[in-house]
Amino acid sequence: MTFPDEVLDCRGQRCPLPVIAAARRLPELPVGSVVRVLADDPAAAVDIPAWCRMRGQEFLGTVTGADGPGYDVRRRH
Amino acid sequence: MTGLTVVGSLSAPIGGIMAIPARYVGFREREERAGVASPAVANRRGTVSASPVYLDAATAAPPHPVTRQALLAALDDGWADPARLYGQARRARQLLDAAREAAAATLGVRADELSFTPSGTAAAHSAVLGGLLGRRRVGRVLVHSAIEHSAVLHAAEKHVAEGGSVGPVPVDRLGRLDLPAWSAAVRAPGVALAALIAASHEVGTVQPVAEAAEACAEVGVPLFVDGAQVVGRVPVPAGWSVLTASAHKWGGPPGVGLLVVRKGTRWESPWPADERESGRTPGVVNLPAVVAAAASLRAAAADAAAEAARLAPLVDRIRARVAADVPDVEVVGDPDRRLPHLVTFSCLYVDGEALLHALDRRGFAVSSGSSCTSSTLRPSHVLEAMGVLSHGNVRVSLHRETTEADVERFLAELPGVVAELRAEAGVTAL
Ligand SMILES: Cc1ncc(COP(=O)(O)O)c(C=O)c1O
Repeated sequence: MTFPDEVLDCRGQRCPLPVIAAARRLPELPVGSVVRVLADDPAAAVDIPAWCRMRGQEFLGTVTGADGPGYDVRRRH
Repeated sequence: MTGLTVVGSLSAPIGGIMAIPARYVGFREREERAGVASPAVANRRGTVSASPVYLDAATAAPPHPVTRQALLAALDDGWADPARLYGQARRARQLLDAAREAAAATLGVRADELSFTPSGTAAAHSAVLGGLLGRRRVGRVLVHSAIEHSAVLHAAEKHVAEGGSVGPVPVDRLGRLDLPAWSAAVRAPGVALAALIAASHEVGTVQPVAEAAEACAEVGVPLFVDGAQVVGRVPVPAGWSVLTASAHKWGGPPGVGLLVVRKGTRWESPWPADERESGRTPGVVNLPAVVAAAASLRAAAADAAAEAARLAPLVDRIRARVAADVPDVEVVGDPDRRLPHLVTFSCLYVDGEALLHALDRRGFAVSSGSSCTSSTLRPSHVLEAMGVLSHGNVRVSLHRETTEADVERFLAELPGVVAELRAEAGVTAL
């Protein structure tokens, strides 16, 4: 499992807000960084991987911890 | 008398239930005497700047002119209970028989295979639960695609709650059934029934029904096809054992469904005993609506090929122009194997509900499978199964009254609406 460089807490936010948070933050970090988006809106499970595909970023997978689901995204470019 | 007049009069504020018939009748008589457009129509028109553009035929198509004619005629002639033994009842029975024969002939099935139901949902419930019940000695597994309509999925949930099991079969990114997975699933032991939507109501992708039916036939599993989005629009592929449809999707009245159970299919009514509709649908049918449904089905089917040829290029145009004119948009569904009248796209970073409201304010009626518009807050299971963006989702569906000008106006206004919402949310440069 990858250790994230940063965690974005988007719990309680409805889509598209968690996707927007990831889209804002990722480009501010160095290429190769991993951001974990914590989101309890079930739509995030669909929309964060879809955003990665549309933007050419890498979706690493979903981790389920005590904080609820987290979606790991790596900046590729 | 136009559809708008009826809608206008019924939707006007009223004092109570008892006020509806009196006001409705009085209103119509006044208007018919005067021979002019009603104040309600003027009011309705006054509230929107340009004339409204209705683009949600996949939910309910505006009634075909034949629907209105048949409904009014059948209200006069077909109000009696067809099961009774007096003259009015015999007249109603004749109308019901004629409606059944007309609908069966249009679908190319036998009249005794077809029953009317109170909706497409009720028909799908009957198809699933009755198909499972009829084969419970074989097993208790229901195989279904991951993109069935909620009517099918809710019946499946009930089946599971009662100890049965389900095998959902995935689709690809374009929303097409995974045929090898389907063939493997129907081959498994204990499969009582397989269910496949003829074409997706959310993204328009046409399913490989003939191939799926072949896989079912090889192992003797009956196939239920939910034809709600195809019946009256495109030919239904062969090979099914149970077929359902919904009249308000083809321009018939709301509240009429079709349930067709092929001769020789093991199907048992899941409802308490009742003699109506060969024991397949309990309760008296809404005969005027049934007559209107059958008459409009025949009319819609007669025009279907020409309508498909007219609408498919408009859908092509929407697919191309939305992709070109709206930044960060995903046009979803199969670009080739799809319904002629339905197109869906998702706009990145846009809230689906806000988008529908913004379009409504400009007079465009469209719908969405997006999470943000459903009460459950779940993303659309169809978009989820396809793995495509589920927020900012819009489904546009055309019908016989849709003009090229309507589509052009939508295409002209959409990019600005999306840009405005993105500017408000501060997401323009992401
Ligand atoms: C594919 C499909 N099946 C079933 C239904 C249910 O039909 P009805 O609205 O008549 O209950 C619909 C309509 O929403 C549909 O699109």
